[in-house]
Amino acid sequence: MDPYRIREDFPILKRKINGNPLIYFDNAATTQKPRQVIEAIRDFYENHNGNVHRAVHTLSLEATELYEKTRENIARFINAKNSAEIIFVRGTTEAINLVAYSWGMSNLEKGDEVLVSLMEHHSNIVPWDIVSKIKGFTVKYAKVHDDGTLDYADFESKFTSKTKIACLSHVSNVSGVVNDIKRIAKVAHEHGALMLVDGAQSVPHMKVDVREADIDFLAFSGHKMLGPTGIGVLYGKKDLLEKMNPFQGGGEMIKEVAFSQDKERCYISWNDPPWKFEAGTPNICGGIALNEAVKYLEQIGMDEVLKHERMLTEYAVEKMQTCCNKVAVYGPSELTSKCGIIPFTVDGLSSHDVALFCDNYGIMIRSGFHCAQPLHQVFKLQSSARASFYIYNTREEVDRFIEVLKEIEQL
Amino acid sequence: MASVDDYVARIEGTCGEEKDVIVIFKYDKKDEAITRIRQKAQLKNTVAGIIFELTFKDISFRVYASGKAIFRSIKNKEALYSILEALLL
Repeated sequence: MDPYRIREDFPILKRKINGNPLIYFDNAATTQKPRQVIEAIRDFYENHNGNVHRAVHTLSLEATELYEKTRENIARFINAKNSAEIIFVRGTTEAINLVAYSWGMSNLEKGDEVLVSLMEHHSNIVPWDIVSKIKGFTVKYAKVHDDGTLDYADFESKFTSKTKIACLSHVSNVSGVVNDIKRIAKVAHEHGALMLVDGAQSVPHMKVDVREADIDFLAFSGHKMLGPTGIGVLYGKKDLLEKMNPFQGGGEMIKEVAFSQDKERCYISWNDPPWKFEAGTPNICGGIALNEAVKYLEQIGMDEVLKHERMLTEYAVEKMQTCCNKVAVYGPSELTSKCGIIPFTVDGLSSHDVALFCDNYGIMIRSGFHCAQPLHQVFKLQSSARASFYIYNTREEVDRFIEVLKEIEQL
Repeated sequence: MASVDDYVARIEGTCGEEKDVIVIFKYDKKDEAITRIRQKAQLKNTVAGIIFELTFKDISFRVYASGKAIFRSIKNKEALYSILEALLL
């Protein structure tokens, strides 16, 4: 994999920020878009724009074919059995909310338990908390070790006969720790529970095989994997999706809305999955552009993507620890168990100071809680700075980042 | 009559337990804003001539040549506006 050749496909990387070449290290928040994705958006609106599944005219049929082809490619990308198991949503957050509301409202009652971990993004905590207040079930939190790795013993010990679903991120958006989702899924199934995986930080960076891991739900976002914002995916096993009620009502998600004159009411029957969960006109263009993003990643190969990010992480962490005096890096010392995300602090400075300083030199990093406040409490941090890598980042960019960190230490 | 909004494009609260507030100056007004601030506030430190650590009425803050400033421990929006008025107008 050649990041220098890949960079040629990303127009934004030619930009200068504050007179400096752009170094984009905020890939865990969102990724930049290659020319192929940008071109797919332009091509759709210039040549194929029509609503999907609605009409028999040429444009509608072309749009439908392109959109449904995306569904098939994404099913293949994560090794789903069937494209009907791929539901298009706005992103990971909506995907998890869909499960919490649609599955949760029908299947969770007082006395039941939902198991999450303390390393979750707020989007894998808050929906469960909201629905628990309506339905009366309990949300249990599995511990995380001081280095940010999952306490598997604690997680597994918290399963009981009352546990109905376990919800776990595949990769932490703060520490980059990779969780063994297959192991937790096995334990969940042994207890008769389902397994939902937040794949927002894993699907863009490594091969994720839903059948091999035997997970029931997988949520991920298009914009974190070179695609546009506003499009994401919920994978769900077909038999589960068939039993679930719709999340939202409207067009497309119904088979029939028949009005009875006698009884003055409508008799409504739901469409089949995945359309049962896609009320209203979807983000057609976003879906089609996501297909281009997936094709782009597949051409590189997901193993190569992961290898490159791990190389950069190892290189950056070593330099941060050897060349800097006031920089503290968080997360496990064993770098092979994590992805390209590095949380850090600079002694005496707030994370926002660090991020603003980097920005002044054209380096984009994240600061704050990263929507994962409980994990920051584990780390005993008020907030952290975060550098996160992707396919277009280079060792030279890391070198520049280290130079800037050394300047920050002099503040 | 000139106002703070002539100089300020956006004010953002930060996420995290620190009570930091980031002020983003309008692009075409950022140099003027920084000059005015530097004339009124006390310079504590400077880095490479592009980052200025300043204090004004016991409030410490940092101004970046990129046109952003970070203020710490600001009580509320009114307090921030009052400081910005004193610095910019």
